[in-house]
Amino acid sequence: MGNEEEKKQPAPPPDRAADAESGAVEATVAKLDMVAAEQEAAEPIAKAEEPALVRAAYEHPLPIRITHWVNAISLFVLVTSGLRIFRAFPSFGPKIPEKVLLDIPKSLTLGGWLGGALQWHFTFMWLFAASGVVYLAYQIVSGHYRTMLFTPRDIPGVWPMARHYFFFGPKPPATGQYNPLQKLAYTSTIAFGVLSLLTGIVLYKPVQFSWLAFLFGGFHLTRVWHFAAMCGFLAFIPGHLIMVVLHGWANFYSMLSGWKREPKYQE
Amino acid sequence: MITRLEDKELKRQSRRQLLKLAPVAALGVFAFPKVSDRLVAAGVHFSDWASGAMFCSHHPAQTFSNSDVVPFAKFPYNGYDVLDPEVDFEKWTLTVEGDVKRPGEYTLAQIKGLPKLNQNTRHVCVEGWDVVGAFGGTPISNFLTLIGANTGAKFLEVECADDYYESIDMASALHPQSLLCYEMYGQALDRGHGAPLRLQMPTKLGYKQAKYLDAICVTNVLKPGKSGYWEDQGYSWFGGL
Repeated sequence: MGNEEEKKQPAPPPDRAADAESGAVEATVAKLDMVAAEQEAAEPIAKAEEPALVRAAYEHPLPIRITHWVNAISLFVLVTSGLRIFRAFPSFGPKIPEKVLLDIPKSLTLGGWLGGALQWHFTFMWLFAASGVVYLAYQIVSGHYRTMLFTPRDIPGVWPMARHYFFFGPKPPATGQYNPLQKLAYTSTIAFGVLSLLTGIVLYKPVQFSWLAFLFGGFHLTRVWHFAAMCGFLAFIPGHLIMVVLHGWANFYSMLSGWKREPKYQE
Repeated sequence: MITRLEDKELKRQSRRQLLKLAPVAALGVFAFPKVSDRLVAAGVHFSDWASGAMFCSHHPAQTFSNSDVVPFAKFPYNGYDVLDPEVDFEKWTLTVEGDVKRPGEYTLAQIKGLPKLNQNTRHVCVEGWDVVGAFGGTPISNFLTLIGANTGAKFLEVECADDYYESIDMASALHPQSLLCYEMYGQALDRGHGAPLRLQMPTKLGYKQAKYLDAICVTNVLKPGKSGYWEDQGYSWFGGL
């Protein structure tokens, strides 16, 4: 373990002012620092018996974790039931003559038949939308988005990271909670989510939201965009899951408990 | 932000945070078919309620020029059972019942005597396909006036010659583009498309637009288990666009 020395270093001065806007998260961290500080104050002489401290970061605040898992479940249901709905008319062309674009195996679908799939879709679309709204609102209000939002500054870092993952290039040093490629992936999923919701609204209510249908290029094209948004998620999910497996339990557990033990990056 | 804390404390904090996530596990009930059947039915019910709430009774569906209409041959015939229930046009009348001042039998001539509306609108199927067709008929609201219907009632129930049945909300029935349709492409409705009379509502999915109409009933209470042929098997009742 290369972190042994770091563990024994004293805690850095509590310079938290700059991060005060992050509300609840910072409060928890500050409280923990106080606990640590009290312990130090109580036994200033007993340095030798001081237990080893673990480096840890509270990476995922509760609203992020809740919406992550609600989203994960909703996406599973929406994709599988959506594929079942697509089976009813697996084409983007005219009804006559109907050209079957792809034949999705029934075993990959949910709902049993079109009506059943629609029931699942119409139930989980609300959960997906609600958790999306809560997620975005929390990201913006708490300022937490700064850890994951892909910005132009991240562009130069994308290729070195992709080269590391896909072509066994050298691993770029970790600079923050997420590397540029991760930021790109996570930010893209937000775009896929927004696109799937807006196009979904058009497909559900093309007359009431005719202006939105117009923006997407009409009812037909909206169906294509809705499908494309799903493809975006389907491109993201396997890579995401492979990374979770590769990075091990502590990484996975952090999306359950919020706490990441021994993060690879420095402050 | 990295902090340093005792192993025991980290474990305690982690456990506490993990427990806060417990409510999400409640979604696990969807894994049990008996429970999920009821929950997703409730989800559709909620969606229908929201659909009714966001339905704007004066917002028109898009209409199209004659050049945008698909050729008649490319307008699909769609039926749940037979395409021709062999209606006897000579004897056909529309039976009117329920909360109306003038119940009884109405002839096609009486319906054709009401102001006529021709419209090129999009017909959207629940399966995902859509066609733009040309339709002619009289707005349902005209007919409701003729029969002295209480338009404060909630529903319009229809029964069909092929044993299909449907019910629609009064707001959608009163929409200016909701027709009692007896013409397509300038010709009398053919048997496969629902002759002699069908519903044609560009604000509703296809399965709501019943063909081969036999009877109409204005009511506040739907017959139990008879809200619509497909709805009784799980389709959304509102079925609005």
